[in-house]
Amino acid sequence: MSSLLQGRWWSWGFRSTVILYFMVLIIFPILGIYGQSLSSGWAAFTDNIVEPLAWKAVLLTVKLAVIATIINMLIGTMSAWVLIRYRFPGRRLLNSMVDLPFALPTAVAGLMILLLLGPHSFVGEWAERLGFTILFHQPAIVIAMVFVTFPFVIRAVQPLLEEMDASEEEAAYTLGATKAATFWKVILPNMLPGILSGAMLAFSRALAEFGAVVLVAGNIPGKTLIASVYIFGEIESDNTIGATAVSVLLLTFSFLILWTVNYVQMRRKNG
Amino acid sequence: MRRLWIGLTVAVFGLLLIVPVIRIAMGAFDVGWNGFSNGLARPESLHALYMTGLIVVVVTIVNTLFGVMLSLYLVRANWLGRRLKQLINSIVDLPFAVSPVIGGLMIVLLLGPETALGALFNKAGIDIVYALPGMIIATLFVTFPLIVREVMPVLQEIGNAQEEAASTLGASAWTTFWRVTFPSIQWSIVYGVVLTVARSLGEFGAVLVVSGNILFKTQTATTLVYQDVENFNLTAANSIALVLAAGSVTLLLLMEWAKSRREVH
Amino acid sequence: MHIEVRGLNKKFGDFQAVTDVGFEIEKGQLIGLLGPSGGGKTSILRMLAGLESVDEGDILFHGKRVNDLPPQERGIGFVFQNYALFKHMTVADNIAFGLEVKKWTKPKIKERVAELVELTGLSGFEKRYPHQLSGGQRQRVAFARALAPEPQLLLLDEPFAAIDAKIRHELRSWLREMIDRLGITSIFVTHDQDEAIEVADQIMIINKGRLEQKGTPWEIYKNPQSPFVAGFIGESTIVEDVSSLRGFGNVSDWPGTKALIRPEYVEVGKSSDFELLSATETGHVRHVHFRGSEWLVEIEVGSTKLVTYRSLEKEILHPGDEVQVLIHRAYLFNDNDSWVMENKLKVDPMPVHI
Repeated sequence: MSSLLQGRWWSWGFRSTVILYFMVLIIFPILGIYGQSLSSGWAAFTDNIVEPLAWKAVLLTVKLAVIATIINMLIGTMSAWVLIRYRFPGRRLLNSMVDLPFALPTAVAGLMILLLLGPHSFVGEWAERLGFTILFHQPAIVIAMVFVTFPFVIRAVQPLLEEMDASEEEAAYTLGATKAATFWKVILPNMLPGILSGAMLAFSRALAEFGAVVLVAGNIPGKTLIASVYIFGEIESDNTIGATAVSVLLLTFSFLILWTVNYVQMRRKNG
Repeated sequence: MRRLWIGLTVAVFGLLLIVPVIRIAMGAFDVGWNGFSNGLARPESLHALYMTGLIVVVVTIVNTLFGVMLSLYLVRANWLGRRLKQLINSIVDLPFAVSPVIGGLMIVLLLGPETALGALFNKAGIDIVYALPGMIIATLFVTFPLIVREVMPVLQEIGNAQEEAASTLGASAWTTFWRVTFPSIQWSIVYGVVLTVARSLGEFGAVLVVSGNILFKTQTATTLVYQDVENFNLTAANSIALVLAAGSVTLLLLMEWAKSRREVH
Repeated sequence: MHIEVRGLNKKFGDFQAVTDVGFEIEKGQLIGLLGPSGGGKTSILRMLAGLESVDEGDILFHGKRVNDLPPQERGIGFVFQNYALFKHMTVADNIAFGLEVKKWTKPKIKERVAELVELTGLSGFEKRYPHQLSGGQRQRVAFARALAPEPQLLLLDEPFAAIDAKIRHELRSWLREMIDRLGITSIFVTHDQDEAIEVADQIMIINKGRLEQKGTPWEIYKNPQSPFVAGFIGESTIVEDVSSLRGFGNVSDWPGTKALIRPEYVEVGKSSDFELLSATETGHVRHVHFRGSEWLVEIEVGSTKLVTYRSLEKEILHPGDEVQVLIHRAYLFNDNDSWVMENKLKVDPMPVHI
């Protein structure tokens, strides 16, 4: 009996520790930032939110993240398809390389793009001859975002393609559908949930990206200054309220996306 | 058609993933072996790598322990209500959606020197922000979901029948965990650990904000890369980046291995 | 082990899974918990095992209340529906698990495992992993693993559900034989009436969380105590308008009474086949189905449809044939009562003795 009681005490201790850890590490900081943003009153909050540079930074982030997400939906779906459906030398190697952007420090990713697109690089010189520059302009930011979010769509689509029943496709053929029609009407709808949830995750990551972008964006306010870099700037210049206001804006946006993804996935599982 | 798609995919991978890694390697050696070794052997590089290593070790151990336990509770425990579990489950993912810079800012706001808590710790002689503890907390925050997200689905999939069988055979909760549950989830834990190591190795934004990037004190490998780039010391930046990239590739191989083991079991 | 259950209740949220269940089981008996899926059978079994908490009521083993005892301390063996074998352990390790947990010595464990491997016919498979075994073999491993620590009560949750029909038959008689030999009190859950009738000493019919009837298979078949039990055991047709059938005219004395008629209660044939033609009435064959060992004949008497079996040895009937139909008995029920009634005209009213 005493050993049983001891067991109860142990498990009670474990439970409280884990829940406490979770609260202190995850919930408190998030509540804290929402609380802090309003600590100097509603007026200060709105002042910082309506600050044109802040707005422009948030809008620019959203715009570039949307572009990066669309690019990723296209190349991600294609890559997932090729990696699952075709057998060719090097397939396994490519498949294991998909996760590289997750494994690579984002600052290193930024540096890589900086080197590749810089004025003295092949791409940089070629672009300059054509009369435009990539580095420190918006295309560089998009490239950085595409790089860091590359795995999301692929990893979301692959399992769906793998578990898709071949007979569904074969049924379409026996019913007289052409390859193209089968792809659009049978295969794509099967992949779509994966493409969408992958895209949502990629989008929310692109919104949040800092390391890769800060090195390659020129960070010119209003032109190439994205939200997370803006926040960093505000912190550096000790304007905590400005930083928290924009953070709250960006956070709320990201949370909404995340919960939408969760909701959609739950619906799919239960439906 | 088939050839076209394969060709396009290989091109995308080549341009987006392979060429950049090669470029870093070339960059590190563009003034020869000496440039690379000088960049690495600088005292600030060594200190930064040491800090990074320290953070990786502490964060991985702490988050592995708590991540596995929270997963067990969220999937199995009946002392948590269903609604509460759902709520916690959806909160676990939040660090994924939080920009690392914001993650860092949160910790500065809660524990910075001007805050009540920060002052309290300061009096006790512990600096949190602009010191190692803050950097560890920031990295813990950013990497928390990784293990939970790997372990939870496996726990759900294997169900609790094997655990119930063990309990009807007389095994205690502790024995059941180590002899029945753990063998089924060990490769997922390994996979989650590899992801956690990768992420804490590469964490930049949150650490930059919390650490203040103080030379020889709170500078990590990634923030040193950033500083070197800002100072136009590209060769040195490349040297450290190459070391980090090599680490990432190793981790990638480990991930593949863990994944293949997981599929076997 | 002697088992007694009193006033057992269990709720899952708003769903009342088990309601006021009580019974007693003598040592050494093999009990079948029979009923439709989702009827609460498995919940009862899991409460006996301690895998589910009891909301209300008592469970007594040997007269001792065990409600608050965890499964580890109840001395039971449990065979799970999908066996729940430890996937990362070999057959031998699976069987040895319960013994290692109980800190048996190495040589004793080895001996006991060898004994069970022999008993369950798994010799040569000791080093295999569960995924390398067939369904029937896995079932045997699950059985051996549950028996290894010498439990006093064996609980089996749908033990044959995941096995092919052919092997299921073999396994059933194997299990029956095994339990007879060991003399261990056993309770198994099933939704398959053939399984329960064939294997169990006693059957408990569970429906919507209630214990409908407990008894030997023959008692339950012969004397069902509720319309549910009558309908659940064996095949049957419900007849709304019984009084129109010859021999059951007086049923109209009890308004609202319906009849349940089993195929084996009904006999069909030419008029020459029956001694007492007055008890039969004329019907038509609607369909005949070949069932492998007999014919299943659907007939129509007036507006009433009935079903019966017919031996393959007898003359073959065809749809549309006119036949004489004798209904030996019917199980009658209304909202308050249920009883079995014999055909009143079957007994010759004026026997002529020569």
